[in-house]
Amino acid sequence: MTATSGLWMYWAIIALMMVGLYVVIARDNLVKKVMGLNIFQSSAILFFVAMAKVSGGTAPILTGGEGTAYSNPLPHVLMLTAIVVGVATTALALALTVRIQEAYGTVEEDELAREERLEDRSLSRKSQ
Amino acid sequence: MSEHLPALQVVVPLLAAPVCFALRNAAFARAVCLAATWSSLAIAWTLLRQVLQSGPISYALGGWPAPLGIEYRVTVVGAFLLVVVSAVASIVLLYDRGSEQQRLPASRHYLYYATFLLCLAGLLGIPITGDLFNIFVFVEISSLATYALIALGRSRRALLAAYSYLIVGTIGATFFLIGIGMLYQMTGTLNIEDLRQRLPDVLDTRTVLIGFSFLVVGTAIKLAVFPLHQWLPNAYSYAPAKVSAFLAGTATKVSYYVMLRLIFSIFGVGFVFATHRFDLVLMPLSLAAMLVGAIAACYQDDLRRLLAYSSISQVGYMTLAICLANVQGLAGGIVHTMNHGFTKSALFLVIATFVQRTGSSSVGSVAGLGRVMPLQGIAFLVGGLSLIGVPGTAGFVSKWLLVLGALEKGQVWVAVAMLLSSLLAVVYVWRVVEKLYFGEPVASASSEDGESEAPGPSGSALWRATPTALLIGLVILLGIWTEPSAEVALAAASELLGVAR
Repeated sequence: MTATSGLWMYWAIIALMMVGLYVVIARDNLVKKVMGLNIFQSSAILFFVAMAKVSGGTAPILTGGEGTAYSNPLPHVLMLTAIVVGVATTALALALTVRIQEAYGTVEEDELAREERLEDRSLSRKSQ
Repeated sequence: MSEHLPALQVVVPLLAAPVCFALRNAAFARAVCLAATWSSLAIAWTLLRQVLQSGPISYALGGWPAPLGIEYRVTVVGAFLLVVVSAVASIVLLYDRGSEQQRLPASRHYLYYATFLLCLAGLLGIPITGDLFNIFVFVEISSLATYALIALGRSRRALLAAYSYLIVGTIGATFFLIGIGMLYQMTGTLNIEDLRQRLPDVLDTRTVLIGFSFLVVGTAIKLAVFPLHQWLPNAYSYAPAKVSAFLAGTATKVSYYVMLRLIFSIFGVGFVFATHRFDLVLMPLSLAAMLVGAIAACYQDDLRRLLAYSSISQVGYMTLAICLANVQGLAGGIVHTMNHGFTKSALFLVIATFVQRTGSSSVGSVAGLGRVMPLQGIAFLVGGLSLIGVPGTAGFVSKWLLVLGALEKGQVWVAVAMLLSSLLAVVYVWRVVEKLYFGEPVASASSEDGESEAPGPSGSALWRATPTALLIGLVILLGIWTEPSAEVALAAASELLGVAR
C-alpha cells in the first residue's frame, strides 16, 4: 500500500500519457491530435519533474545553510530543453495544419482520406 | 585547432544555418551551405582517421569534464556514420539548383538551405555525442528540420506526409525521452560511458527493463523497423527530390546508430539477448521487413514509393545484423549503412532526373528512357544491382558479411531468407529496368496532375549528372575495393561488441 501511495504521481503521469496517446490515435481532427500530442509530451515533462523532487527539499539555489536538502536541478534543466522542443513541434504541427486547411479545405482526417481517394481515382482515369 | 574538431563537426552546420538565414539570398546561401557540408565531410574524414589510429576521442564541451558536462565522444562506428551522413549531404547538395523550387518562391530559397543545414547539424550531432539526453535533442533538431523539408514537396500530399511523420516521430522521440528518464532515475547519469558502468548494478530492476523498452521502441519508430514503418513511404515519395535522396541516405542510418549504441554500448549483449531474448522479437521483425518490404516494392506503381519500400526491406537487413550480434554480422550491418545510403541516394537522384523529364513518377513513365538518357539509365542499373547485392557493387559486400555472420551463428535459414529477399529485389529492380530499356518511349506526359515541372535549362544537366555519377562511382568503388570500408566496419563492430581483433 505504501508503495502505491508514495508513487501516486506516477499513476497520474501514466494516466495523462495514455489520455494523450488516445487522443492522438482516436481523434480525426488534426488540431485535436496536436493537443493530444501536447498532453503526451507534458506527461513526460511531469515525469522528470516528479523524479527530481526530494522530500523536504527546497529550490536548488545555494543559500549557504548547511544541511539544507535541495531538489535535483538537473531534470528541471533537461525539461526546459524538452519544453522548447515541444513548443517548436507544436508550432510546426499547427503551421502544417494551416497549410493542409489551405490545400484541402479541411482538417478532418476522414475527409482528407476521401479527398485522396477521389484524387487517386481521377489520376488513374486520366492515365487510362 | 584539431582538438576542437569534434565540436566543429556540429557547430559548423549549426552556425551556417543562421548565416544562410541572414543572407536572404539563394545563391549566397547555397554557397555557404556547400562550404559547410563539404567542410563537415572533411572534418568527419579527419576524425575517422584519427579514431582509427589512436582510439576513441573524448571532447569535453565547454571545458567541463565528462560526468558533469556534456561529452562528445568520437568512436569508430560514430565516425563512420559521420562520414556517411556528411558525404551523402555534400554530394546530394550538388544536385541542380532547380529541384528545390517546389513550393517555395525563389525569394525564399535561402530558407531551404538553412533548414537543410539544421537537419544536417542534428544528424551529425547524434553519432558524435556521448550524452543520452543530447541524443534526444539532436534527434529532435534533425526531425523538426526533416518535417519542414518534407512539407516542401510539390504535391499537397507532402503536407499530410509531413504531418503524420511529425505525429509519429514526436511520439517516438517522447518515448525515447521517457526511457532516458527511467535510466536517469536508476543511475543518476546521462553520460553513455557512465551508464555503461553503473547500469550493471541495477540491470535486474523493472524500471531499467521498461526504460529499455521505451528507448528501443522510440528508436525503432525513427528507424522504420517493420511494423513501425508506416510514415516512411509517404515521407519519401512526396518530399522534394533532393530531400528524399538526402533522407534516404542518412536519417534511418543515424537511428540505426542510436539502436546500436543502446543495445551494445549501454545495455550490453548480456542483458538484451541473453537475459531478455530481444532477438526473439527483433529477428522475426527483421525477416518480415526484408520480405514484406521487398514484396510491397514489387507492387508499387510509383518509382519513389518502390524505392521507399525497398528501404524498409534494407532496414530489415540492418536490424538483422543486430540480432546476429557477432563481429562479422554486425560489421555487415554497419557497412550496409554506407553502401545502402550511397545506393539509395543515387537511385533517388536518378528518379528525380526522370521525373524532371517526364513529369510523372509512375513506373510506366520511364519507358524507353534508358535509350534517351543513357547515363542515367546505367546509373539506375548499377544502383539496382547494388540493391540486389550483385558482386562488384557495394551492396554485395554488406550482404556477404551478413551471410558470413549468419552462418557463423549456424542460422542457415537466415541466409536463405536474405537470398529470398534479394531475389525479390531482382523482381522490383527488373520491373523498372525492363521499362527503361525495352519499353516504348511515351510522349512527354501531361502536366495536368500538377506533378510536372518545366524542363530546366540544359546548363543544369551537368549539375544533375555530377552527384549521381559521384554516388554511383562510390557504389562501384566500394564494391570492388572492399577492404577499407569492410575493415572500418569490422573495427567498429569489434569496438561495439568489446572484443579485441
